[in-house]
Amino acid sequence: MARPQAFATFAALCAVFATKGLQPVHGNLGRKVSEVVDSDFSGVSLPLQHSFEVDDVARWSGRGSLVLRAGREPAASLSQNQLSESDRTRLKEVAAAGGLYRIRVPRVNLQAERASEVEGHLTAFVRACAMVESRLSDVITLHTDVSGFLIGVSIVTLPGSCGGSGESQEEELEEQPELFNTTLSLVAPLSAPGPETALFLERLEMESEKKSKNPQEQKSFFAKYWYLILGGAIFLMASNSAQPPAGGGREQS
Amino acid sequence: MAKAILLFLKLIAVCSIVEGVYEDQVGKFDWRQQYVGKVRFSHFDSQVQSSKKVVLATENNVFAALNTRTGDLSWRHVDKTGPEGNIDALMQHGQDAVLVVGNGRLLRSWEINIGGLNWEIVLDSGSFQSACLVGQQETVKHVAVLKKTVLSLHYLSNGHQKWIENLPESDTVDYQMVYSDGNGQVYALGVVPHSHIAIVAYSTEDGEIIKQISVEAPWLSNVQESCTVIGKGMLTCVDPSAASLHMLDLHADSEMTQVLLQSLGLEVATGFHPVLVSTQPNPARPPLAEFFLQLGPEQFVLLQLNSGHIATLRDFKPAFLVSFATTGEKTVAAVMSPKNKTACSINLFSAENGRRLLDTTLNFALDSNGGKPEKMYVQAFLKKDDAVGYRVMVQSEDHTLTFVQQPGRVMWIREEALSDVVTMEMVDLPLTGTQAELEGEFGKKADGLMSMVLKRLSSQFILLQAWVGHLWKLFYDARKPRRDVKNEVTIENLSRDEFNLQKMMVMVTASGKLFGIDSKTGTILWKHYLENVPPGAVFKLVVQRTTAHFPHPPQCTLLIKDKESGLTTLHVFNPIFGKKSHVTPPALPQPILQSLLLPLMDQDYAKVLLLVDDQYKVSAFPSTKNVLQQLQEMASSIFFYLVDSSQGRLSGYRLRTDLSTELIWEVVIPTEVQRIVSIKGKRPNEHVHSQGRVMGDRSVLYKYLNPNLLAVVTESADNHQERSFVGILLIDGVTGRIIHEAVQRKAKGPVHVVHSENWVVYEYWSTKSRRNEFSVIELYEGMELYNSTVFSSLDRPHAPQVLQQSYIFPSSISTLEATLTEKGITSRHLLIGLPSGGILSLPKMFLDPRRPEIVTEQSREENLIPYAPELIIRTEWFINYNQTVSRVRGIHTAPSGLESTCLVVAYGLDIYQTRVYPSKQFDVLKDDYDYMLISSVLFALFFATMISKRLAEVKLLNRAWR
Repeated sequence: MARPQAFATFAALCAVFATKGLQPVHGNLGRKVSEVVDSDFSGVSLPLQHSFEVDDVARWSGRGSLVLRAGREPAASLSQNQLSESDRTRLKEVAAAGGLYRIRVPRVNLQAERASEVEGHLTAFVRACAMVESRLSDVITLHTDVSGFLIGVSIVTLPGSCGGSGESQEEELEEQPELFNTTLSLVAPLSAPGPETALFLERLEMESEKKSKNPQEQKSFFAKYWYLILGGAIFLMASNSAQPPAGGGREQS
Repeated sequence: MAKAILLFLKLIAVCSIVEGVYEDQVGKFDWRQQYVGKVRFSHFDSQVQSSKKVVLATENNVFAALNTRTGDLSWRHVDKTGPEGNIDALMQHGQDAVLVVGNGRLLRSWEINIGGLNWEIVLDSGSFQSACLVGQQETVKHVAVLKKTVLSLHYLSNGHQKWIENLPESDTVDYQMVYSDGNGQVYALGVVPHSHIAIVAYSTEDGEIIKQISVEAPWLSNVQESCTVIGKGMLTCVDPSAASLHMLDLHADSEMTQVLLQSLGLEVATGFHPVLVSTQPNPARPPLAEFFLQLGPEQFVLLQLNSGHIATLRDFKPAFLVSFATTGEKTVAAVMSPKNKTACSINLFSAENGRRLLDTTLNFALDSNGGKPEKMYVQAFLKKDDAVGYRVMVQSEDHTLTFVQQPGRVMWIREEALSDVVTMEMVDLPLTGTQAELEGEFGKKADGLMSMVLKRLSSQFILLQAWVGHLWKLFYDARKPRRDVKNEVTIENLSRDEFNLQKMMVMVTASGKLFGIDSKTGTILWKHYLENVPPGAVFKLVVQRTTAHFPHPPQCTLLIKDKESGLTTLHVFNPIFGKKSHVTPPALPQPILQSLLLPLMDQDYAKVLLLVDDQYKVSAFPSTKNVLQQLQEMASSIFFYLVDSSQGRLSGYRLRTDLSTELIWEVVIPTEVQRIVSIKGKRPNEHVHSQGRVMGDRSVLYKYLNPNLLAVVTESADNHQERSFVGILLIDGVTGRIIHEAVQRKAKGPVHVVHSENWVVYEYWSTKSRRNEFSVIELYEGMELYNSTVFSSLDRPHAPQVLQQSYIFPSSISTLEATLTEKGITSRHLLIGLPSGGILSLPKMFLDPRRPEIVTEQSREENLIPYAPELIIRTEWFINYNQTVSRVRGIHTAPSGLESTCLVVAYGLDIYQTRVYPSKQFDVLKDDYDYMLISSVLFALFFATMISKRLAEVKLLNRAWR
């Protein structure tokens, strides 16, 4: 457990100095928070690992370290290592072979007193070529459940497409950046809305009030519909006075 | 003037929307079949000679009476499901049937003629053991109910309790049987296993214990299984280990006497527990002295007790089933014995002397597609010449009831397996022979111009012939009165109709019997009983090849998974004829975790079924070279997911070219907090016509149509009403990305979910407000599409917009499904099966999260209904009018050839089939469409144009001359 802790201190350091080796990214439900928060940022520190191999057998290595805080205002920050030269070439090879770029984080309960790690990891993947083409810019989202358990992680690149024109790809590959450009967010489940009875009742009340205010609507039933009633009465009289046809028992279909 | 107004009023009446069924449409497009389930108890109404009733109590907690002439239900009472409505005992006396229900909770008496309830009383708590009718001086007035600790006697006339007595030493003695033979005493028989029998005799009058004895019986463990009372109170038990009978006179205080079966010249089949069958025709009299002893699976002996000695009357070997029946004073024994491979014969024997009665042979044909006979119920009656006649109701392993009359005429068959349909599919019917011939012409390889021409000519000739034949039939039928014209559907004349409205319903039942039912009439066209289906097996039915690939026959595959071992077997069959296919399914030695039907086809147009075993190895069926090659090419784009709900783990895999798999994503939902209750993907045959919704300002809101999206529903582990919640996760099945995650607080299940197009609808119970609520989630991409040409889960970086709204629903629901149409143009309805037996067709329009709370010009333009928190059940939304469907468990929807029409089958205890038209019949002319008027108008216009053209020409000519 020494490693993640070391990263946590690094994160604090780099917030002040912004050294070239580490690149801090902070997220709070998708939006970036000011870096001042970092000073009292006490959360759970987790290693973020990644793997990209030509033969697609996972060999995990550290990518960076996450500091997460669940609760009323979930927040996450990330400090990442830079991608070494050999890793970059390997990523290109994997991309050419149609392999996958995967990340994983350990399962953990963020709200427990001590960040109790549970057996197992949460993994996600993105196509390695998309990673290359997006020039290492990705969006990582961590999902927790209601009790603060980390249940899932997802990674998408921006743009997400893969297999653009060959030439530009070559060019891009040449100047592949060393740093990840990551947007990180920690998402807790939303509360689904229940039926909105209060608003509806309010609206009904308002409508009835409006009606009562409007004097035109105040007219009595007869005042409103006298012409219809009159018409009906005339029609009835007319149909009564008309002679029923002979053998009129038969109903018209 | 008056007429004009009348016409106007009529017009208004016609124009106002009427959605329900007209009276003359009843039964035209729909049908219902009612079932009772597997029979547990059955009695013939023998009181009246001419009676036509048989009462049944079934394992599905149904109590019903059938008409023995037709097999139709006379009446039916459906009780609660589960142990609460379980029917423990059925006793019949005269016109009354007495039932003990719910492990001795209720005692009910029914009048069997009309099925009315005479009385019902609540019994004291305690687990039910046995019940019997108690008679005295030739009349039956009481019913005795034996429970674990008490014995109570009730009046038959009103159910009132006459007395209730505690059973002595009930903590050690296990009382299992109650017996009475009309001498003023009721005996409770109990056993201390492997020690002794305890017998307590109570006085019928006041419940006083007259006698209490205990007799050594170290070999006995269960009275009900091994013992019966024969003759004048002789308790007879069978001891399989010593191969002997033990007898004890209940009226005398004596030891048990042992009679070795060997001394009677009888031998028990090895490993078989002998069974005693006795009969007590009148509860006010002692049982008969004759009884059956079953010595082996196919051997019965008729024995007689004569002054303490047992004599063999007749040995029946081989015999499947035996049964006693009484009419008047005569008691006969019916014995079913095998005749040949396809038939059995049933004979009557006099119970007194074991002699065969003349002219009583009845042939019972065994259905090769059915199960073996399991039980036999005999209805005996006296003929005019005082001889005994009889009819038999045979129940077989596949829950079929067959009613047979002498000399072997089947009067009716009831397929009670259909009361428990597990899954179903609707398959298109094949083309007719002529149509197929025409189709086949294109399928064949071209072989020369001349032969092709000839072939074409011949097929055209066949078509002409068929048309003439059809015309002739029309003409011929038109002369006959309408009721004589029979449109009987048989398996031979099955063919697709013009609009593909008639389909084959392939139904899989829990008993392992498969049925092919014509959707138009409900006729069972084929049935097939699968033996060796483990109880509680899980079924999955997939259509591998439809009827569209003539001459290849359609092909369905049924996966049968044993719940305990996880081992899966495949049954491949033709869904039109029910015949087992020649294709041999692969043997699957490993438990199967997941199966998926790929859109890939082999060279015979069968879709490929992938099976993933517990080693995460994938096998394909069919696994020809062609398929394997295709799979290798496609491997990198085949993804699948597995769900382990016991660990809350959802994991995604990708197929490798060598058919192994690799884990690519993992989402774990901790089971301590919530457990996964259901996962719903979208139906693969669903089409969405419109990519977006046009808004009030003429811009388009695009739908998020992810075909790989899964709706995962969880329920909280904590059941406290303040803390319980229902969670809903929308996960992409390929990338494992959680698209949306929400919890509905203070809610609990059961949750019903429908997932289709870009929406998910779920229903739950709100513990806070104590009501059922519906919630709808809709997903939109936004005002512009990310990639409008193709959808790929791997390339959709932007999360969709999620809209959600909830509503109150005034009823609980049993099941939920959405309508499905051919092209998805028709608006969608939700079909809701209600516990009341109604099926509600609720327009999806009412479940739309964009329903505005405040009406604006734009929302009005969009035709959005203003938000109202309550969904109201309108009676005209019930699609099954008065055709109640009991205990709806599932609704199956299938598209028809008409875009407006969706076929619906609701199944549960009953089966109901109908059609729904969610957007009305916009593509169908009305029945009363005036062809005459329209054609005469057309003709008139045509002639008018001709004439006016001619006139114009003449006029032009004239002008030119001028």
